[in-house]
Amino acid sequence: MPGHLTDHAIDVTALAAEVADPGCGAAVIFLGTVRNSPADGDVLGIEYSAYPEMADAEWDRVLAEAREQWPMARIAMRHRTGYVPTGEASVAVVVSCPHRAEAYAASRYVIEETKTRVPIWKKERFGSGATRWTANTPEATRG
Amino acid sequence: MRIRLRLFAMYAEAFGADELSLELPAGATVADALAAVRREPAAAKLPPRPLVAVNLTYAKPDVALSEGDEVALIPPVAGG
Repeated sequence: MPGHLTDHAIDVTALAAEVADPGCGAAVIFLGTVRNSPADGDVLGIEYSAYPEMADAEWDRVLAEAREQWPMARIAMRHRTGYVPTGEASVAVVVSCPHRAEAYAASRYVIEETKTRVPIWKKERFGSGATRWTANTPEATRG
Repeated sequence: MRIRLRLFAMYAEAFGADELSLELPAGATVADALAAVRREPAAAKLPPRPLVAVNLTYAKPDVALSEGDEVALIPPVAGG
């Protein structure tokens, strides 16, 4: 099973090509991008780090669960590690299915599970030079 | 038995290391490993119930450990 982490910019076109298939009439592409809204302050980018062996193991489990619920789904994903500037994608999930209902559902499942389970962390970097660790939930609850 | 405890992100910063070596009695559990970690001063920065993984899978406090297991403290995750 190939790894899901990359320290390069994500090639979304190549990722979509991995799961394209003549039998699939729908491809849903989700991109999570680094944002900098006024409420966030002057976020220049985010430094992502991971527990690589466990991140891949957890994603293998997530994708197996997704395939169990949506057997026709073809799924590929990548998550970046290292510094990701504001506006760039930190994660990409591509789901190809015969029909769009399953593609949307499987896509949502993969990103939601990624956000709650996969051992990845992020440190925001601000224009001031300050940095700050952030979490998806105030306190880890999974486990 | 000797257990390798991996640290990441803010936990690695708190401990100033990405790994701790713990000496635990045979039959020790995840809870016992956590108790050993809490003897370190830096452990004051840990939450009350940190997530723990054993051999790449989340593990509850009652999970028994074996020699050579890879144990990790998992800070609140932030992927996606």
